[in-house]
Amino acid sequence: MRFSIYRYNPETDAKPYMRDYQLDIDASGKMLLDAILLLKAQDETLSVRSSCREGVCGSDALNINGRNGLACITPLSDLKEPIELRPLPGVPVIRDLVVDLSQFYHQYRAIRPYLVNQDPEPEIERLQAPEQRAELDGLYECILCACCSTACPSFWWNPDKFLGPAALLQAYRFLADSRDQATNERLDYLEDPYRLFRCHTIMNCVDVCPKGLNPALAIGKIRSLLVKRTI
Amino acid sequence: MTNVAKRTFDTLVIGAGGGGLRAALQLADAECHVAVVSKVFPTRSHTVAAQGGINAALGNVSPDNWHWHMYDTVKGSDYLGDQDAIEYMCRSAAQLVYELEHAGVPFSRLDNGKIYQRPFGGQSREFGKSQATRTCAAADRTGHALLHALYQQNLRAKTHFFDEFYAVDLLKDADGYVLGVLAFEIETGEPLVIEARTTLLATGGAARIFQSSTNALINTGDGLGMTLRAGIPLQDMEFFQFHPTGIAGVGNLMSEAARGEGGYLLNAAGERFMERYAPNARDLASRDVVSRAIITEIREGRGCGERRDHVLLKLDHLGADVIKQRLPGIRELAMRFAHIDPIERPVPVFPTAHYMMGGIPTDRHGRVVAPAMFGPEEAVPGLYAVGECACVSVHGANRLGGNSLLDILVFGRAAGNHILEYLRDNPYPRETPPDALEVPLQRLRRWERPGKGETVYRIREEMRSVMERHCGVFRSGDLMTEGIRKVEELHDRLQHAVIHDRSKVFNTARIEALELENMMEIALAAIISAQARQESRGAHSREDFPERDDDHWLKHSLYFMEGRRMDYKPVRLKPLTAETFAPKARSY
Ligand code: SF4
Ligand code: SF4
Ligand code: FES
Repeated sequence: MRFSIYRYNPETDAKPYMRDYQLDIDASGKMLLDAILLLKAQDETLSVRSSCREGVCGSDALNINGRNGLACITPLSDLKEPIELRPLPGVPVIRDLVVDLSQFYHQYRAIRPYLVNQDPEPEIERLQAPEQRAELDGLYECILCACCSTACPSFWWNPDKFLGPAALLQAYRFLADSRDQATNERLDYLEDPYRLFRCHTIMNCVDVCPKGLNPALAIGKIRSLLVKRTI
Repeated sequence: MTNVAKRTFDTLVIGAGGGGLRAALQLADAECHVAVVSKVFPTRSHTVAAQGGINAALGNVSPDNWHWHMYDTVKGSDYLGDQDAIEYMCRSAAQLVYELEHAGVPFSRLDNGKIYQRPFGGQSREFGKSQATRTCAAADRTGHALLHALYQQNLRAKTHFFDEFYAVDLLKDADGYVLGVLAFEIETGEPLVIEARTTLLATGGAARIFQSSTNALINTGDGLGMTLRAGIPLQDMEFFQFHPTGIAGVGNLMSEAARGEGGYLLNAAGERFMERYAPNARDLASRDVVSRAIITEIREGRGCGERRDHVLLKLDHLGADVIKQRLPGIRELAMRFAHIDPIERPVPVFPTAHYMMGGIPTDRHGRVVAPAMFGPEEAVPGLYAVGECACVSVHGANRLGGNSLLDILVFGRAAGNHILEYLRDNPYPRETPPDALEVPLQRLRRWERPGKGETVYRIREEMRSVMERHCGVFRSGDLMTEGIRKVEELHDRLQHAVIHDRSKVFNTARIEALELENMMEIALAAIISAQARQESRGAHSREDFPERDDDHWLKHSLYFMEGRRMDYKPVRLKPLTAETFAPKARSY
C-alpha cells in the first residue's frame, strides 16, 4: 500500500514536507494504526501518539485523507491510496503527526468540567432516575480526541475565544446532569458573543466524531437553555 | 546535580490512571502540593479501557455484604491473597463507590434511582451458595466514566500535572530514602528532576510483555522496572491473568459483563461447555477456570472456525435492547474488530493476556515493603505503590472481574492517607546526594549511542512471542527453562540495540527503547518466578505439577533483579477482624 505522510521535525526541517512510504500489508481486517506502527518499525523517526488501539483513549486522532479520525478504528481497506496522513488541522504541530493540544485542553478546563453539588453528601448514592441518567448518554462518552474541534472553522478562526465543540459538549454534559447545581453559573459563563455563539452550525464536528456524538445538538440545547432563562 | 532543571513538591505521583488520580485527589484535597507525572495525557491512561464495573456489596439488587465479597475474593485468589488487605478492601468498597458517585461518575441506574449492579464471575451470596449481583457499572464503560470523573475532580482540586513526561528512574539517598524521580519532557527531551518527600508509583500493568494482549500499548510496566533497578524485589510475578474472552486474533477485550448479562460460551459442537467445567457457576466461574476450559476445548479438537482455534461468545439471545443499553461498547468493538454484530451472531474469542496479579510488594497502606534487616516486609521510606503495578496482595493467584477498579480506588485513597501521615512526620525534605543522578542519566544517554545494531522493534516482538509460547495459560518446566534462556539472550541483545532517531523533540523511538528495557526485566521476573513455582494455583497452571500444593507453596514469591534470584515470604492469612478463610479445594 502507498502512503504519503506529513513530516516535520523542528530541529532539522526548515518546513514540513510530505514523504512517501510503501508497505506490504494485507489490508483485510487491519486498522490504519496497524499500518502506521509497521511503517514506524521501518522508519522509527516517524512520531505519532497511540495507546489503547481500540478507540477509547483518544490518542491517535489524525487527518486521514482529508478527514479527521482515529487511526486505530479506521479500517485500512476503506482508504483510498495513496493514504494521506496529516496532523490534526488548525493546531500547532510539535513533530510529524503529533500536535500541541494545549488550547483544546484549556477550553475543556474553562467550562469547569466537574460536578458541582452543594448539598451535604448523603451516606449513599444520590438518586437519579434511569430517564435522568439517559440524558447523559451521547455526552459522557467523549474521549477528548479533538477530532471535532480541529475540524471546526469557528475554532480555527477564534481558538482563544470560541470554546469549540468538544468543550461545549462537556459543558452540556454537566448542564444535563440532574445532580449538578451550577446551571446558572454555567450558563452565565457561556452567554458570551464568542464562547458559544461563534458556532455557526456548520456540522463538521458531528461528521467527524469517531464516537458518533453530536456536539452541534448539545450546542443547540445550550442555546435553548439560554433562551428559556431569559423568558 | 549538574545542570538538570529541578522542581520540588510535597508529594509526587507517577501515573495518571485511576489509582494515581484517586491518591492525588486525596492529597490535593488535603492541601498538599502534589504533582502527577504521566507519559500520556491523563484520560489516555489504561483505566479508560476498563469495561464491566466495580465490585461493592451495595445490595441494590439483592441482599449482599462485604463478608461474602471477601470470601469470594479469597477463594478467587486461590488463597494466595493477603486476607488483611482483602478484608480492608471489601469493607471499604461501598463507601468508595458512593464517593465516586458523588464525584460525578455517570453510573447506570436501577428503576429506583440507585446504582445499577450486574452479576460477574466468581461472585457469590452466602459464601458460595448462589450468584451475587455486585458489580456497579456505567454501561460497559465504567473505567472511562471513572477515569474522566477522577481527572475532572483533580482539575477542581488544582493538582499539578506534568502531562507527557516520562519517568526514568527513582532517586535515592544512601539511607535508602526515595527522594523523587528523574523524568524528561517528551515534547522537548529535556530532563527534569522532580523532588518530593514521597513518591507514589501508579504506573499500571505490563501485560504487553505478551504477544496477544487486551492491554493498551502503553502498558509496559515502567514503574516495575524502576523498582527493580532500585534494588527492590517484585512479588508473585508468575501470576498473569489471561482473560477468557479477548477477540480471537486481535485481542481486544469482550468484558465479562457480556457473560454477566447472560451471554455464554459455545464450542464447535454448539455445546455450552462451561457446564462441564463449572457445574454451578458455569460461564461465570473465575477467569482462570474459564480460560483453561477454553484452551482444553480447543486442544481436544472442539474449537470453532476453519482452524478450530477459538470458541464463540453468544449474546444474540439477550436481544437488541439489552445489548444496546448494557453492552454498547462491547458491541462497538465486536463490530469494528471482528466485523460481527453480537445482536446477530456470536463473537470468536480466545484467552488473552490481561492483568498482572503480582507487582511491587506493598502493605495495605500502599507502602512499598521489602526484606531488610528485621523481616520480609520493611517499608522503603518515601516510596508507595498502588494499582496494577502494586501487589498488596488482594488478588493473589487470580483476580476477580470488577476487583481491579476497586483495588485502585481503595488503595489509592489509603496510600493518599498514609502519605499525609508520612509528610506530617517528615516535614523537611532530605538533600538529594550529588551522585544520585548519575545512573539514571546514563540510562538516558545509552540510547544516544551511534553505530549499527538491532532495532528495538525486532527484539520486542521476539520477546513477546517467546513469552506467549513459553509462559502462557498452560506451563511446564522444560518449556519455561527454554523460555528463560531465550529471554536472557534477548536481554543481552538489547544491550547492543540502537535507535536511529537522534532528535530531542517527541522522540518516540527513545520512549519505546526505555519501555522495552522495563518489559525485558519484567519478562524475566515473570518466567523465572513461574519456573520456580512447582504447583498449579490460580492463573499459574503447570502441566507437570497440576495440583495446588499448600504445604510447600502457600507463600508469596519475591524476585530480585540482582542475581535473578528468588525468595519467599508467608501469606497473611489473618484478616483484620474476620475469621481466616482456611484454604479449601476450589470449585465453581
Ligand atoms: S456545528 Fe458549531 S461547533 Fe460544530 S463544527 Fe460547526 S461551528 Fe463548529
Ligand atoms: S466529541 Fe467526539 S470528536 Fe469531539 S473530542 Fe469528543 S469524542 Fe472526540
Ligand atoms: S489509540 Fe486510543 S483512540 Fe486510538
